[in-house]
Amino acid sequence: MRHVKILFETLRSVRLTGPMLAAAAILGGWFLVALTANFIAPHDPDAIDIVHMLGAPSAEHWFGTDQVGRDVFSRVLHASRVDLLLCVVGVLPPLLIGTTLGLLSGYFGGVVDVIFMRIYDLTAAFPFFVLVLAIVGVLGPGLSNFIIALALVGWVTYARLVRAEVLVVKESEYIQAAQCLGFSQPAILLHHVLPNVMGSIIAYGVSDAVLVMLAGASFGFIGMGAQPPLAEWGVMIADGQSFVLQAWWICFFPGLAAISLGLGFAFLGDGLGQLQRAQAS
Amino acid sequence: MTLLPLISRRLLQLPGVLAGICVVTFMLLHLAPGDPARLLAGDRASAETIAAIRHQNGLDQPLWQQFITYVANLLAGDIGQSLRFQRPVSALIHQFMWPTLFLTGYVVLLAVPPTIMLAIASARRPGGVADQIIRVLGIAGLTIPVFWLAIMMSRFFGAGLGWFPVSGYGQGFFGHLHHLFLPALSTSIWLVPVLTQSLRAALIEKTTADFVTTARAQGAGEGEIFWRTILPNAVLPTLNLLGVMVAFLIGGTIIVETVYAVPGLGALMIGSLLGRDYYVVQGLTLTFALATVIITLVVDLLTAFIDPRVRL
Repeated sequence: MRHVKILFETLRSVRLTGPMLAAAAILGGWFLVALTANFIAPHDPDAIDIVHMLGAPSAEHWFGTDQVGRDVFSRVLHASRVDLLLCVVGVLPPLLIGTTLGLLSGYFGGVVDVIFMRIYDLTAAFPFFVLVLAIVGVLGPGLSNFIIALALVGWVTYARLVRAEVLVVKESEYIQAAQCLGFSQPAILLHHVLPNVMGSIIAYGVSDAVLVMLAGASFGFIGMGAQPPLAEWGVMIADGQSFVLQAWWICFFPGLAAISLGLGFAFLGDGLGQLQRAQAS
Repeated sequence: MTLLPLISRRLLQLPGVLAGICVVTFMLLHLAPGDPARLLAGDRASAETIAAIRHQNGLDQPLWQQFITYVANLLAGDIGQSLRFQRPVSALIHQFMWPTLFLTGYVVLLAVPPTIMLAIASARRPGGVADQIIRVLGIAGLTIPVFWLAIMMSRFFGAGLGWFPVSGYGQGFFGHLHHLFLPALSTSIWLVPVLTQSLRAALIEKTTADFVTTARAQGAGEGEIFWRTILPNAVLPTLNLLGVMVAFLIGGTIIVETVYAVPGLGALMIGSLLGRDYYVVQGLTLTFALATVIITLVVDLLTAFIDPRVRL
């Protein structure tokens, strides 16, 4: 609870800049769309209507219709649920695992730290995308396996970031004071070290959401992520690829949606990172 | 030469990482719950087929024995056999490697000049108008899905205007240049922001360095300081950039090759994943990891060779 309080106080003390406000507005907008997609979508996203297939954008179908006559606009709205959820579920497990391990390895050092650094060296040897791709390939295509693979590979980056921060924080006077006062190690870690590294983790996590969303859409596109007929932006783009000559809109609008959600996360993450650096210096 | 201890230290770290890569790629196939033989055979395979595949690939042996066989095969240059093509994976890699190498080189050529120009324009006055614009464009550029950009470009510049072919690899050097232009451009557009950010940071760090203060104290003009003091010192960060690029490049080209039907390693990887040809996936993962390790090593050694400070 204490951490939640600190988190809220930190968030309240944040002075939002223009780009950050715009980013927060975009994210809020997509969040609302995802929540209310059932009500605001003008058509059933899965309703097949062969008569109106490959229809150009019109008053009835704002983003046109796809090769089986489904309304692209409604599908883009519905897909935001999958892609937004993907950002959250894709970022949180690596963030939590990585933060815990990074705290332990940075604070206690020793054997744990040595082992951790070896794991880091090893992971750095693999291109991120290739390793995730290979793991998903073996586990089987699908969103849940994508999330698992992401957690298996992604925690290392967070752990490395947290470890580096902890190494600095550990030497600070307030930690030494806490140690002298005889606070228990878990108490120091949780109440003194963690709050001081939380800002960087959150800033990085928000920026990471962009990469996770793009990776998720890429996996959907190559058939290793979300599976059709589920509406997901990457899957929709893959669906439309064969018809791009007659009907560019099937591919175009899902990509635009992905970019706008990405912009929201990217500018929020960038703003938070800048604040973080400004506070640090 | 003090270079020797550095090189040997760096080379001594290598076996550990290589051993780790072997373990990870080996475990990849055993990661899936259930029987790897069933995974290789596919869902519809009969019990006899599964048993045959299990025996053929030595999957009926204990795990440690399989690992030893795997490492021994690797050392002998055998990185597996493709079930789909019925050919050694190394032969497949050899066949599919050239378009990927060509594309990678092309991307580097297209991405490095704008990166250097943008980073210099940004770093000359940090926080200035140019810097702000480039920063915002850079952040925005990172959010574009590469495969979407590739499809849109092939639609408008390829099919729409007819300037470039939309698929394949072409014949001869100029054919390759022509065919791979759109794939290389799509990857570059996404790569340039990443590189610009890191080069800009490196340049700005140099502007606050002590030797710049010294030059200023000696009465050098700002232009002279930038071109003669800061820029030469930024050569190393640019070189290190190449190391950073590798992993990004490999990931990016995999997707782009699929969109443009370039017969390269990325297309082979995706085809093998979808076709459940797991020994090829394993071999390719190993190859990509080796490539990353070797390029990082070369960059580190070059850095040491150019910069005397690293050797200290």
